[in-house]
Amino acid sequence: MGDKKINKPRRIIIREEYCMGCRLCEVWCIVAHSKSKDIIKAYKGQEPRPVSGIYFEERGAISFTLQCRHCEDAPCLEACLTGAMYRDKKTGMVLHNKDKCVGCWMCIMACPYGVIKPDFKEKKVASKCDLCIEREFPACVEHCPNEAIILVNKKGERIDKE
Amino acid sequence: MKTKYLIIGNSVAGVYCIEAIREVDKRGKITVVSDENIINYSRPLISYYLGGRVTKEEMAFRDEEFYRENEVQLILNRKAVRILVEENRIELSGGEEIEFEKLLISSGGEPILPPIEGIEKVKEGVFTFTRLEEVDRLIDYIQANKIEEVTVLGAGLIGLKCTEGLLERGLRVNIIELADRILANTFDQEASRILENALGRKNCRVRKEDTIVRVEEKKGKIDKVILRSGETIPTRLLVIAVGVRPNLGVVKGTSIKCNRGVLVNDFMQTNIKNIYAAGDMTEAKDFLLQRKSVLAIWPTAARQGKIAGYNMAGKKKKYNGLFIMNSVELVGVPTISFGITNPPDPENFEILARKNEGENYYRKIVLKDNRIVGAIFMGKIERAGIFSGLIRDRLDVSSFKDDLLSDDFGLLVLPAEYRKHMVRGEGFTE
Amino acid sequence: MAIPKKLREFDVVRDDEKCIRCEVCCRMCANDVHSYDAETDKVSADSAKCVGCHFCEDVCPTEALVIKRNKSQIKRNANWKNDALGNIIKQANTGGVVLIGMGNDRPIRDYFGHIVLNASQVTNPSIDPLREPMELKTFIGSKPDRIELVEKKSKIKNTTEIPPQLELETPVLFTAMSFGSISLNACKSLAKAACDFGTYWNTGEGGLHKDLYPYAHRCIVQVASGRFGVDREYLKKGAAIEIKIGQGAKPGIGGHLPGEKVSAEISSTRMIPEGTDALSPAPHHDIYSIEDLRQLIFALKEATDYKKPVGVKIAAVHNVAPIASGIVRAGADFVVIDGIRGGTGAAPQIIRDNVGIPIELAVAAVDQRLREEGIRHRASLIAAGGIKSSGDVVKAVALGADAVYIGTAALVALGCHLCQRCYTGKCNWGIATQDPYLTKRLNPEIGAKRAYNLLRGWSLEIKEMLGGMGINAIESLRGNKEQLRGVGLHEKELELLGIKHAGEAW
Repeated sequence: MGDKKINKPRRIIIREEYCMGCRLCEVWCIVAHSKSKDIIKAYKGQEPRPVSGIYFEERGAISFTLQCRHCEDAPCLEACLTGAMYRDKKTGMVLHNKDKCVGCWMCIMACPYGVIKPDFKEKKVASKCDLCIEREFPACVEHCPNEAIILVNKKGERIDKE
Repeated sequence: MKTKYLIIGNSVAGVYCIEAIREVDKRGKITVVSDENIINYSRPLISYYLGGRVTKEEMAFRDEEFYRENEVQLILNRKAVRILVEENRIELSGGEEIEFEKLLISSGGEPILPPIEGIEKVKEGVFTFTRLEEVDRLIDYIQANKIEEVTVLGAGLIGLKCTEGLLERGLRVNIIELADRILANTFDQEASRILENALGRKNCRVRKEDTIVRVEEKKGKIDKVILRSGETIPTRLLVIAVGVRPNLGVVKGTSIKCNRGVLVNDFMQTNIKNIYAAGDMTEAKDFLLQRKSVLAIWPTAARQGKIAGYNMAGKKKKYNGLFIMNSVELVGVPTISFGITNPPDPENFEILARKNEGENYYRKIVLKDNRIVGAIFMGKIERAGIFSGLIRDRLDVSSFKDDLLSDDFGLLVLPAEYRKHMVRGEGFTE
Repeated sequence: MAIPKKLREFDVVRDDEKCIRCEVCCRMCANDVHSYDAETDKVSADSAKCVGCHFCEDVCPTEALVIKRNKSQIKRNANWKNDALGNIIKQANTGGVVLIGMGNDRPIRDYFGHIVLNASQVTNPSIDPLREPMELKTFIGSKPDRIELVEKKSKIKNTTEIPPQLELETPVLFTAMSFGSISLNACKSLAKAACDFGTYWNTGEGGLHKDLYPYAHRCIVQVASGRFGVDREYLKKGAAIEIKIGQGAKPGIGGHLPGEKVSAEISSTRMIPEGTDALSPAPHHDIYSIEDLRQLIFALKEATDYKKPVGVKIAAVHNVAPIASGIVRAGADFVVIDGIRGGTGAAPQIIRDNVGIPIELAVAAVDQRLREEGIRHRASLIAAGGIKSSGDVVKAVALGADAVYIGTAALVALGCHLCQRCYTGKCNWGIATQDPYLTKRLNPEIGAKRAYNLLRGWSLEIKEMLGGMGINAIESLRGNKEQLRGVGLHEKELELLGIKHAGEAW
């Protein structure tokens, strides 16, 4: 993973015509956000398993994943009562501070993609994709076996992992 | 005192106005006048504060740093009492005067106080539920008087949120509601029933189609409430929450045009060119009703404040209108609702509904001309936000009407052409 | 009586320590081998259903799976080997013809494996392909009998009339694999790779799907006995036309697309009813003699204004040499010979495993015969049938071919693991299927890159081998049997191949 954190705006694009429905993106999202970052430990170890920031939809032969779009005009930002939802100044991404969240679900109401997950037990927003801000490259993009999920820069040009 | 941008009111509309101004104008002086004694707090969180779920500090949705970074002069504990429109000046309650170039009025709403016989004799024990300092007094009163049971008049959003806070404190609550259902603006009979049952399991009793006609006091403190039905309830604490209306005190007597609220155009301007208004006291374009309305909800105030800010700073931005939407979780039952959920003339609409008994699960969709104009989600609220997009885009849903209530409702039931852009990842832009 | 089941071929071995219960294998297997039991929290496998395609093994995020062979075995029996027992069980169950996919997998003589190449040492220096020009370019088409030069004002002008040619950047083309036998995504992958690299691909019997029009300029359109999709537009769009008389996997019978693979799109592209078997007749019903073939060749040339090469594809059979001679004399611009190892989407196993001859012997014989008759230049020779490495390509060219067709190798590049179940339409790799749930697994962007990489890797290797031989152009290797020696082949085989045994000098 290294120390190189991203500092330029980027976005994830889903090409539903290539999504196999394997859901490996979810697996690796969970691993990337786990404490150990090790797949066996994250799934079978003692540490609490994080919720993936990915919503997977499937019906018949159609499948695709959805993550937070980090919209330019994010409705969730304006709906948040506590300021838990905020925009990172450097990267322009929409991030969520769990400590400030009170579980009012206004963001879930406002998001037209429906990609925010509620955690009713903890009364907080369970998960929202953070575009792997702590990593060099988003885990779902890196591990999609069919390149259904790709990363693009602000101009829409594809960014590949070096 | 002179300033470039003057904002009356330091809540969500004012804050988003500041952010928008600063995006365009980094230097122009911004002054905010607030009649409360706190740097910043999110008003909807007062029920969480009452229930002990957040501290006062945690209620801030912007911190002190925000005002410093954005070079905002914040004047607290001052009410704006008069606007001298022709002179571009306001007068504050402390006597100060501020000259402005651009003004934003975002003074919010004030609670409606219905006429109740005997209320003027009660000196203590009657509260409304809108301001933080009021909640502080309420909590003190509860503790000082060892209150165990409370009567709440009004089962609208404020009344119910207050009830939840009280229940979390371990108090018993009696709710008196005039309509035949609770949360009458949003709920239909079915949704109301589900929530009433949930409340009933938690030490809360709801009396519908009733109201308080008279109160009695003992030694100046409230002692009883008498209902229209004739019932008498011993009450040592009464919260009046029958509704809010736009706080128009500061515009009264000026040439600023009002109806129910201050009338604004699509740029958040009042009829006075350099005076803008945003938030709970404005009457602005309503997307669904296709006319102007007062839409007193947080996201609207945020959006209006933002648009006003852009326009005030010289960047022209249009307000496309929003529609009513609410997210509220009461006694463990989450509910999200949009738009027209309970049309008075249901025969002109198409209504789809589904409920699962014993699960607090209820879903209702209201259609007109095959377009979604309203929805209620109770119990399972995941993906509910998708409907806000469907309403906004006025999407014709006839091709997937049967899927609207299905368990796996998501973007994949939408027509491929429409969802292609959403799935690809373009992101929401106004 | 107890009905015997087909013997289990594979064993799915799961390392439970590594299994994280992600259920990817359960979701991905088209044969429903894996399943998760929430009660016991264990993923288990029904190994009897496993066809050995290895998709689950490759997609498992913790590499917890290994597919092993031959768990269930019969007593050692040199006579009842391979599928003989299993096929009888199948036929006793169904009374039908046993189908199979891909190419002959029997241990018949691998001639390529018994041929070695020369290299220059001392007398004739090697050429370094990284530093000196090395030409892999070749041309498919009829070459003129003689060159015509005209002198005009002390300048020499070449007025030779050259029949239409296909220009190849490398002597490897993608063979005929129909849209139907393989998915559209697989077709797109190969078509794009061919266009990007500078070689050609072939429509097979499937017609030309409109999504492939952007690649039609480098496409050889096939006219097979079923004439699927053949109309004027089709002929005009391709770069060359190939009349398919036979193919190496099933000489003597026509093409076969099982009904399971005839989807709505196949139905419209081939113009046949959905879900019905697409059976091509064995002979073309308008070709019953060599004269009929000549007539068809020239009819196609007329229809395309003599602007495109028209060739003929036959299976390598006993009399392949005189047949090829006849085809050349009939006017074909190229002849394709498909050996016994050639692959297919579906064929009766008994035909695939028993009919035809190895391509090495066929190419050598045809090349020899055409040279003897002085007509070798009139048609290009394309060899096909189990070419699996660049070494095979070089040997095939040295034995007499102008270029080779690859089929199986190209599909392996796209992910195929030769499970030979193409006829079921349940290809987990998204190659030999029309099921949209499976075909989307083959991303044509990635597929095209992989197929291109294959061509590139082989081309670099061919250049190395050529350079090693001291040859700087592939056309100097054509029929250059002196560069080959046999190892462990007997007298007759060496004679048929036209090569010496290793150890013999010039």
